[in-house]
Amino acid sequence: MKTWAKILSVVLLVYTIVAGFLFTVPRLNIVNESIRSLYFHVPMWFGMIALFTVSLVYSILYLNKPSFKRDTYAVEFVHAGILLNLLGLTTGMIWANYTWGSPWHGDPKQNGAAIALLIYLAYFVLRGSIENEDQKARLSAVYNIFAYAAMIPLLFIIPRMTSSMHPGNGGNPGFNAYDLDSNMRLVFYPAVLGWGLLGTWIATLRVRVRLLNDRLLNLNNE
Amino acid sequence: MLLQLFLKELTLELRRKAVISGLALYLFSTAFICYLSFSLKQNQITPLVWSSLFWVTILFSVINTVAKSFIGEKKGREIYYYSIASPADILLSKMLYNFLLISILTLIGWLLFALLLHNPLTDHTLFGVTLLLAALGFSSSLTMLSALAAKANHSNILMAVLSFPVVISVLLIVIKITKNCIDGLDRSVSYPDLITLLAINCLVAAASYLLFPYIWRS
Repeated sequence: MKTWAKILSVVLLVYTIVAGFLFTVPRLNIVNESIRSLYFHVPMWFGMIALFTVSLVYSILYLNKPSFKRDTYAVEFVHAGILLNLLGLTTGMIWANYTWGSPWHGDPKQNGAAIALLIYLAYFVLRGSIENEDQKARLSAVYNIFAYAAMIPLLFIIPRMTSSMHPGNGGNPGFNAYDLDSNMRLVFYPAVLGWGLLGTWIATLRVRVRLLNDRLLNLNNE
Repeated sequence: MLLQLFLKELTLELRRKAVISGLALYLFSTAFICYLSFSLKQNQITPLVWSSLFWVTILFSVINTVAKSFIGEKKGREIYYYSIASPADILLSKMLYNFLLISILTLIGWLLFALLLHNPLTDHTLFGVTLLLAALGFSSSLTMLSALAAKANHSNILMAVLSFPVVISVLLIVIKITKNCIDGLDRSVSYPDLITLLAINCLVAAASYLLFPYIWRS
């Protein structure tokens, strides 16, 4: 990742944290100050979807033309996506604790996110149980694509069909209703970019470590 | 070729009846355990309890049924199939066969549950259609995963782990429709769910169809 992107990520996140906690936000019933969760919780899901999509693209590329590098990219973007998923779940649970009264409320979106986590944990179980490196890479690429296809209805269709208390669902005010003053947009969009860049940074760092380890292994063998 | 492979699956199955009767017994035992665990307190089986017991039973028997479609195959026989048929034919024939098997299994499951527990459903036709669509969804997603799991170690554990997250979206919708059938709601209420179920089936089947050649090649 380019240096300017890393600096941009840090600057945007510092801005998100400072502005996210200090700027004025609309006063709404029940939600109150917890609306600030929009700057942290929502961008993490955007980032997670973006990272999983990048991993999906690398899996498709891998099946097209296998290489160790592509497999490494696919795996590490899943790792970073899982991190953002866990963070998103945690921030969501903190928010739900104050707004809904309990951290786990059985909301369709919450369940969907938990199942998405299970899908990608199963991906690592699959990787762990195959010994042949090439076969491991190919089969896990296949499962990655398959799981992504199965995840789409889970995250985007079913929550919209069932009643839900999550903002943006079932008549609850969503993002558009919140930012009557467009102040929130000023923080929200930089936050999305910042968290996304942070995820990519983590993923690319891990990719570099793995590629270097692989090179070291090859050098030792020679 | 597709038809021949399908008929081959059917003949093989009928020839070694131990497997198919084993599956039937598995289903019967599970239904019987459900019955025994409630024994005299039949009135405590609310429609919701009935539906969850039913689908848990069906889910696990179906996973066990489909798992054997690739996991049990011998190495040499696979190479033989590889040389005579295209991967698409093999996948589709197995899918079709599993669809048939699962449909029969779910229908038997329904009969057993109606017999041992009771039958809280009011709209039988709709529930029948739902069962068929669920069977289609299970067969299209699980056949592919069985092929995937067969290549790895500890196939049986892996099969359950891999399939759970993938079939859950089918299961969630099916449970919702079942509830509608039990409550006797108007059919038009369930149509959007049925269409979503069909769409998910198409999505999963298309993904399996595209991805299967990559698994089969190894």
